[in-house]
Amino acid sequence: MTDVAIVGVGCTKMDEHWTKSLRDLSTEAGALAVKDAGLDGKDIQALYVGNMSSGRFIGQEHLAALAADQAGLIPIPATRCEAACASGSLAFRKACLAIKSGEYDIIMAAGGEKMTDIKGPEAIAALMGAADQEWESAIGLTFTGLYALMARAYMNTYGLTRDELSQVPIKNHFHGLKNPLAQFRFEVTAEQVARSAMIADPLRLLDCSPITDGAAAVILVSDRVADRFKNPIWVKGSGQASGTLALHDRPSLTEIPATQIAAKRAYDQAGVGPQDIEVAEVHDCFSIEEILAYEDLGFAPKGKGKDLLLNKDTWIGGRLPVNTDGGLKLGHPVGATGIKQLIEIVRQLRGDAYNQVKDPRIGLTHNIGGTGATALVHILGKER
Amino acid sequence: MESAPLYWRLKRQKYNLIGTRCVTCGESFFPPRSFCPTCRRRGRIEEFQFSGKGEITSYTIIKSAPKGFEQFAPYTVAIIKLDEGALISGQVVQGTPATIGGRVVPVFRKMYEEGKEGIIHYGIKWQVDGTAAEK
Repeated sequence: MTDVAIVGVGCTKMDEHWTKSLRDLSTEAGALAVKDAGLDGKDIQALYVGNMSSGRFIGQEHLAALAADQAGLIPIPATRCEAACASGSLAFRKACLAIKSGEYDIIMAAGGEKMTDIKGPEAIAALMGAADQEWESAIGLTFTGLYALMARAYMNTYGLTRDELSQVPIKNHFHGLKNPLAQFRFEVTAEQVARSAMIADPLRLLDCSPITDGAAAVILVSDRVADRFKNPIWVKGSGQASGTLALHDRPSLTEIPATQIAAKRAYDQAGVGPQDIEVAEVHDCFSIEEILAYEDLGFAPKGKGKDLLLNKDTWIGGRLPVNTDGGLKLGHPVGATGIKQLIEIVRQLRGDAYNQVKDPRIGLTHNIGGTGATALVHILGKER
Repeated sequence: MESAPLYWRLKRQKYNLIGTRCVTCGESFFPPRSFCPTCRRRGRIEEFQFSGKGEITSYTIIKSAPKGFEQFAPYTVAIIKLDEGALISGQVVQGTPATIGGRVVPVFRKMYEEGKEGIIHYGIKWQVDGTAAEK
């Protein structure tokens, strides 16, 4: 079986890039990744692009060919992958599988989203394309609303308080202070979170990820060529699972089964368990989801996710730092997010992260689409 | 989403809470499914009329609304477990506040308008049982 390694990473700033288009951002991220790998563009044999909704955000489809064209990569095959907010991880997984097939040795997996060319309510409606259009969007639900339904159910079942939930944005904003690519770089207090605008009760503004423009890219190679690169980071496990598209079709609102199944596949493939993970990026699109992820990934027993925050386990310096780059609170260009998460774990394992954990050897990324109708978990390691 | 065919296609189910049921395993579906995910090809699907009675399993109050719903905010959305088994997302009309476990009954209401000259969407909202609803 072919093993896959990541040998180059590149990421734009997470921001409202009013002066840059999606083609500018994706080309910038791709060029950074090629340079980081010490390669030339002509070495890339295929391109996989994660993007959720360029059709609704900028009126542009056929995005993978456009990205290849703008980056000077034609005529290599270019493929767009879509799984809502998990599109980036999906593009990465497809690239891994393409290398494992033996077809390619050097591939770029990228992700990008340009969300600020349209107005806020239009962007909220576009994002709702990730939910059930006929039965969720049609009654006026929003993504904050869907996660608010989960948050209220969780708070009601497990007694999670407002101030305990606020530990997620407090931690992630603190982590993001050192990240020059973060959209926001300021600390928040429990009082500020509790007083921020109500978006969908009980979730407030500082519980939500922002609307962001950005792109990210990585270079993947097969073990046949990996020894040409310094510091390859190995893909130890890749798991993907699906769940019901509509939140209301799930028997429980306090867990995401697709995450649990994707995690088990990734752990089994890597031959590790949750206790072996030393640094992780989890999908904190809304504060409640970081706590659900702790439990669904096996980091904490059901109902006890908050303990990891209260005991500072998931803070930098703790036993399992999570979202060391600030997580999605500090930028969530939906198609780019999965790749951005992988880049943070690669940097942590290489030892060149902005907010470096001490010598981690194994890290994990968790990326979900919608309310968890798609979940992808990847495990990366320093050693093959 | 503004689409006349989409609105007309689902009108009957949305107005009347007509879902489906798998005769093979007995599971009921609302929103309707045309294929039983448990029995798959062995399943036999028939129309099923829901009573509309149910209880709230969770709810939220939407303050920041998507395009088309801005004029209604703030409004309450709940997940409702229908007595016949299926779960559905729906708006709870103003009046008695929603509570987890609260019993609800369906009411026929305007959902939203596609601008000044577009289609007016109607459908089912939910009212806390035993109370007088406002709008």
